Amino acid sequence: MESNLIMLLTIFVLAIFVGFEIITKVPPTLHTPLMSGSNAISGITVVGALVSAGAGESGWATCLGFLAVTLATVNVVGGFVVSHRMLAMFRKKG
Amino acid sequence: MDDSTVNIIQNTAYLVASVLFIRGIKGLTHPRTAVRGNLTGAFAMLLAVVATLWGEHIVSGWWIFAGLIIGSAAGTFLALKVPMTGMPQMVGLFNGFGGAASFLVAWAELSMSIDRRAAVEEVAGVVTQTAGPANLQFMIAIALSCLIGSVTLFGSLVAAGKLKELSFTFGGKKYWMSDSILLPGRHAINGLTFVLAVWLCIAVVMNPDTTLWYVLLVIVAGVLGILISIPIGGADMPVVIALLNSYSGLAACATGFVINNNVLIIAGSLVGASGLILTSIMCKAMNRSLANVMFATLGPSADGPSADEVYEGKIKATSAEEVAMLFDGAQRVVIVPGYGMAVSQAQHAVRDLANLLESRGTSVDFAIHPVAGRMPGHMNVLLAEADVPYEKLREMDDINPELEQVDVALVIGANDVVNPVARTDPHSPIAGMPIIDVDKCRTVVVIKRSLSPGFAGIPNPLFAMDHTLMFFNDGKKAFNELIAAVKES
Repeated sequence: MESNLIMLLTIFVLAIFVGFEIITKVPPTLHTPLMSGSNAISGITVVGALVSAGAGESGWATCLGFLAVTLATVNVVGGFVVSHRMLAMFRKKG
Repeated sequence: MDDSTVNIIQNTAYLVASVLFIRGIKGLTHPRTAVRGNLTGAFAMLLAVVATLWGEHIVSGWWIFAGLIIGSAAGTFLALKVPMTGMPQMVGLFNGFGGAASFLVAWAELSMSIDRRAAVEEVAGVVTQTAGPANLQFMIAIALSCLIGSVTLFGSLVAAGKLKELSFTFGGKKYWMSDSILLPGRHAINGLTFVLAVWLCIAVVMNPDTTLWYVLLVIVAGVLGILISIPIGGADMPVVIALLNSYSGLAACATGFVINNNVLIIAGSLVGASGLILTSIMCKAMNRSLANVMFATLGPSADGPSADEVYEGKIKATSAEEVAMLFDGAQRVVIVPGYGMAVSQAQHAVRDLANLLESRGTSVDFAIHPVAGRMPGHMNVLLAEADVPYEKLREMDDINPELEQVDVALVIGANDVVNPVARTDPHSPIAGMPIIDVDKCRTVVVIKRSLSPGFAGIPNPLFAMDHTLMFFNDGKKAFNELIAAVKES
């Protein structure tokens, strides 16, 4: 169990560093799309929600899981579509 | 296929999704690759969801598919319906949903873990054996998911309400949510709530056999999220929106530790990092620290000059006809938009005037301050919606050196970001904030409804300068009058 925690922590710390390294200079025009696009990615919780809802162990947990699946999906789909709309707007004159 | 093969394929899919998330976020930071970056992120998400449905053998359970379908439909509907002017609050709202999902997942996992432990106790016999200590990593991750998720949800809801300019009535008085709402003794209240939240986190970890503390933590963390966001007013909103974005990533991360899932941790960390980078860009654009934005209040310093001292007898009001005459002799015009343009929804009128002037041979540029508006990149989104070409939107650092050659600067609904006091008075609350140096242009026309101060609450000596003309009017009306006047002349 301890080695598993260390592994997860390693992944966490490395991913944070990757995040800081790949995002160098963001032009202001992309501030909003970056925000809404990354916001959609934070909806990755949907995976956790599917696992919880899918375990189907008790009615209550399934109910919470269902709510989580719905909200996370709104976050994911809405975030990507909004970003795409904005980016398409920038592009048509680009 | 046996279970370990399924497991390997599922985790390989997660690995591919993680790599695609990294590529996607990187793509989003460059204009040429942004569209592809966004699609890459969406594809990675689809891959992760399909791998989960398949790997966890989730084929039955209509409610799961119901959730996915309802969520997709609602998300698409909201995203397509929202006008560009409503974009800040929509992004805020989506962000809150992500946070909510995180603490709901942790809640479900905790409740399942309690059931499983109870089952173990029943089998073993209550007297002789208990389920033993719960997994500490699991419980700590549960508490953190709850704390960050709930702060994100309620903080985002308040932020969205502020961005939507909601108002409420309390004790017979009307309050605007967008104002900075300062409770008496708020530092003490915030401090106590924070301590209480931390204490509840510990209680959650120490009591793995009940959800009581968890529910209390959801509530207290929610109150904390509200308390942190309500004092934030107007011009500081971009910082808070970016910060909440970062929190939603960290909440997903914590959920990853709950269910031991790499793709949640990686995607969550990426979002956490990108949110923090945006936050720091916003703070730098105001020359303030994050702590200062979150906990201090901006206000005029006691020894600063009063509005009367600065403005008295020096304000020159102008009219559309006079400004149209200025345009006649102008070769270069720069338009400086601020939040006022968003409020009066003047972006289309602004574009029309810009096109009209260009058709008469005048060059028109837009100078955009990084924190103009209420979210990062707000002005860019509005002007892009109005079909203003991308290359006309110039960054502050890029256009500042050219402003001395500009004949007319047209400031619409911006105040603090063009206040020269930031350069000249080291004691001013906005001292050191990078500004757009419109005072260096040959003539400055400021379109504003009144002489009321901006968010920093200080008078703006720009308005009283010899080469500044004040055009007192609503933004959209002013531009329509200007268009008419230019056409007549």
